[in-house]
Amino acid sequence: MDILPILSTLRRHKITAFLVIIEIALTCAIVCNAVFLINQRLDRMHMSSGVAEHELLEILFADIGPNKNQKARTEEDLAALRQIPGVLQVSSANQVPFGNSSWNGGIKLDRNQRVSTLNATTYTGENVLQTLGTQLVEGRNLQPDDYMDFDDVVRAASVKDAKGIPKVTVITQSLAQRLWPGQQPLGKVIFYADYPMTVVGVVKHLVRPAFTDSATAEFTMVLPMRITQGLYIIRTDPNNRDAVLKAAVAKMKAINPHRVILKQRPWDEVRGNFFQNDRAMAGLLVGVCVALLVVTALGIVGLGSFWVAQRRRQIGVRRALGATRRNILHYFQTENFLLATIGIALGMVLAYGINLMLMLHYELPRLPAIYFPVGALSLWVIGQLAVLGPAMRAAAVPPVVATRSV
Amino acid sequence: MFGYYLDLALRSLRRNKMLTALMVLAIALGIGASMTTLTVLHVLSGDPMPGRSATLFYPQLDPQDMDGYEPGKEPMQQVTWIDGMNLLHAKRGLRQALMTGGAVPVQPAQSGMDPFYSDARYTSNDFFAMFQVPFLYGRGWSEADDNDKARVVVITRTLNEKLFAGKDSTGQTLRMGDTAFRIIGVLDSWRPNPHFYDMNMGNYVASEDVFLPLTTARELRFDHNGSTDCWGTGGGDEEHMETAPCVWLQFWVQLSGVSDAATYKEFLVHYSQEQKAMGRFQRPPNVRLPTLMEWLDINKVVPGDVRLQTWLAFGFLLVCLVNTIGLMLAKFLRRSGELGVRRALGASKREVFAQLLVESGVIGLAGGMGGLLLAFLGLWLVRKQPSDYAALAHLDMSMLLITFLLAVGSSLLAGLLPAWRACQITPALQLKSQ
Repeated sequence: MDILPILSTLRRHKITAFLVIIEIALTCAIVCNAVFLINQRLDRMHMSSGVAEHELLEILFADIGPNKNQKARTEEDLAALRQIPGVLQVSSANQVPFGNSSWNGGIKLDRNQRVSTLNATTYTGENVLQTLGTQLVEGRNLQPDDYMDFDDVVRAASVKDAKGIPKVTVITQSLAQRLWPGQQPLGKVIFYADYPMTVVGVVKHLVRPAFTDSATAEFTMVLPMRITQGLYIIRTDPNNRDAVLKAAVAKMKAINPHRVILKQRPWDEVRGNFFQNDRAMAGLLVGVCVALLVVTALGIVGLGSFWVAQRRRQIGVRRALGATRRNILHYFQTENFLLATIGIALGMVLAYGINLMLMLHYELPRLPAIYFPVGALSLWVIGQLAVLGPAMRAAAVPPVVATRSV
Repeated sequence: MFGYYLDLALRSLRRNKMLTALMVLAIALGIGASMTTLTVLHVLSGDPMPGRSATLFYPQLDPQDMDGYEPGKEPMQQVTWIDGMNLLHAKRGLRQALMTGGAVPVQPAQSGMDPFYSDARYTSNDFFAMFQVPFLYGRGWSEADDNDKARVVVITRTLNEKLFAGKDSTGQTLRMGDTAFRIIGVLDSWRPNPHFYDMNMGNYVASEDVFLPLTTARELRFDHNGSTDCWGTGGGDEEHMETAPCVWLQFWVQLSGVSDAATYKEFLVHYSQEQKAMGRFQRPPNVRLPTLMEWLDINKVVPGDVRLQTWLAFGFLLVCLVNTIGLMLAKFLRRSGELGVRRALGASKREVFAQLLVESGVIGLAGGMGGLLLAFLGLWLVRKQPSDYAALAHLDMSMLLITFLLAVGSSLLAGLLPAWRACQITPALQLKSQ
């Protein structure tokens, strides 16, 4: 096509052409990285929890004043909750996945190790795995005779009596992989607070209540301890969760009016709250991307119009010499394509640079190669759409303009 | 002359409304986005105790055993009960306070109001004076109250509104966890940002509603909130928190200045050596004494997302400016004829340049106003967000000023190149081609 005449015209408009190129390059670089960040957030938000997502309810409560005989109270509560129609399982547990507040401890592979191998979160509570609905992949779940009362364990620990400390544990696949890569974890021993515990079961997924790094999100172990600390998890039929929650709270109030319900919510809400900042950030990034593309497109429209107005006479001469409307249209489209291509090429380099900076400061992975062709394609399309208006106006210039003086 | 240029600028802007609108819109969008994020960053990285922050210090000790010892590692972020009490009673600073967060069950005397839990701060008597906490009614408690584990409480204005309809409630009784407390003070509105004295509660949370002596809270076994870090085989059960090898308290000290800090640091080293000699500490003394602002830095208080957003917004502003430069260039060059005539009639390059810059300044001012509106909109959107800092996002006077400076400054900058290019016109050539 007529690329050479276009290039020679552009050479006479160096600065404006250069500005369009820079604008496209910057937009390309920022949008590529922003979309990458959006995808990172979306991936995080869709992280698997390992629990029966839509079947769980959380009730957090506190007693007013000291409570004697908490164990009997809890058993009474749990028995009453089980009787509510729709309730499948109940558990008095210490924490919930994505719940933010967590119990953590260091794990050692050898008693004499000075520094813990890693830090894992510990779930405890009778039936907690069954209630959460985790999927067992190897070994067995914790059973009634594995369990000890949490208060007894604390007392045993304070006098260093190893007999009163749980001896078995269930861990996640992710933790097993990290501790013994490629090996069979069943029967292996870990040291938790210097007490040995044998792995009897492995669950597929079970996420921590809180984490900053996705790589450690499933460093989770479950200890067989019965606990009463004001948190009940209920697994129910997903269709009438709200009714079950209402009934459960009413029943708890009836059993003991002298307590305060601090939180009562379906677990989906727990998950929603955990990722609220990611959602907000993703929304903001989408907004910025759209705004950037719109501003760039408007800039191209503005400059395109200016060029057309400036070259009215030139266009008229070409038309008078036999150029068709289609020729004129193509001229401006090709011109925009050339500018966009240079801009995109520069933008790719810039995008890569920004990504390197982000990798350094925000621990992000490398920008996948797929972003480059997709980003290029979208900017080409936007450029062509933006220039269409001015180009059509150019094509509409009648040949008779050539004969006018201005 | 300026008035004439202004008149010319307004005329010229009216002549091509579409192009003008595009430029103003681009600047407004860029300014709006960058001011929104900059305001959030400004609010979040501010000084919670202006004027006093340089005299507030957060002493850190290393009370752990030799397990996991690495020389030079950052000591623990909180203190044990024993160390906290020792430092408190040593009174080596102007003022000092030992504290932890908690939650207390409040049982309103008013009928028809259900019991509820309130966030609480268990602390010692210097807390109020040290952090310049404003009182609406009454005052804080005394050292004697701390020692006697007195049943006294200070509540916030919010809680006072809720329970006593805002009336002076000092001398009244507040029942918490089945125990009667005497209200001795009501705080005026107070919300230091960040929540620097205890960041376990969240970095930008509002202050607690109830303040009572730490000793009292411990005697009544009120729930304590925040993180408890233990080492060795010591568990952190509620009964033995006074002796457990666990850190769970925050200790703050007010010193008169930097020279005092050196003395205090020596005292901390000396204290660590003493504790090591007694067999309580095992590690060599490892003490730190960050100031309040250093402590916020160590804890990386400003969320990474907010910094990222600010970079993003300035990238966006840059694109908007490049866009504006292009459009201005188009606009100015289009007027070559007019400028040629002015030059031919005797206007110097300098005058033409000034005239064009005034025009870009006007665009910047208009863009700045649009940007301000957008920034208000953006901040309103930020406040709708669920994060705990959301409510803080407001534009203050200094930010307002910066908005206009940024808008006019950046549009003048954007106008430089186009105006310079337009000045290069040879008058004769332009006249000829007419």
